Amino acid sequence: MNLTRRTFLTASASAAVAAFFGSQQAFASLEDLNKALNDYTGGAEPGEGPLTLTTPEIAENGNSVPVSVLVESPMTEDDHVESVMILAEGNPLPDVATFHFSSMSGEAKASTRMRLAKTQNVVAVAKMSNGDFYKVSNNVKVTIGGCGG
Amino acid sequence: MAKPRIKIPKKVAAGDVITIKTLVSHKMESGQRKDKEGKVIPRKIINKFTCEFNGSSVFSCDIDPAVAANPYFEFKAKVEEAGTFKFTWVDDDGEVIESEKEVALS
Repeated sequence: MNLTRRTFLTASASAAVAAFFGSQQAFASLEDLNKALNDYTGGAEPGEGPLTLTTPEIAENGNSVPVSVLVESPMTEDDHVESVMILAEGNPLPDVATFHFSSMSGEAKASTRMRLAKTQNVVAVAKMSNGDFYKVSNNVKVTIGGCGG
Repeated sequence: MAKPRIKIPKKVAAGDVITIKTLVSHKMESGQRKDKEGKVIPRKIINKFTCEFNGSSVFSCDIDPAVAANPYFEFKAKVEEAGTFKFTWVDDDGEVIESEKEVALS
């Protein structure tokens, strides 16, 4: 192919368009998030409950964002928090981590550090031993994205 | 693989809820990044972390690529008796990092 000015412009324009759509698809859609949520809850609608999600309002570096979850619970054999799932709406894959607690945990509290690709909502869903689900979400502003690329 | 770092009290009173902090060095390659030739760098992350006390599970975590490099976990445990905490990290290639910490009653 002769690289004339016209073919070059068309090619670069379509490459730009492809790059734009490519980067759009690299982020999870809300459908992916809802699917992950549904798989976890088994279709149950999570309500409000004694679940706290702690994230910074502004994360300067998306590569390492501290996140902490706390569920108020007596943590006995009959009444405890089974697990808490953390999801990120705007990441290429919505799943972040799932913490599994037991009656030996004493307190349903856990922290880790996560990657965030861009400014987005972070969602935490708690599964209780009686089958209840609680959900809470926080917005985190990200200055520098953390998913490479 | 690297030696994990674990912060845990050596002596506790029976019935106390203690805080355990763990950190292990691992690149946590997300499988999203590309190298200079534009090829995707294959995913290699720690996908499971567990903590057991005297053989029964206290805390565990399923990990996805969105957990930051050098994964850090902080969690609680209720200690009723003296014993051993066993920590296990498993990565995508099946490599296992294990560590144990003794806890005595004061």
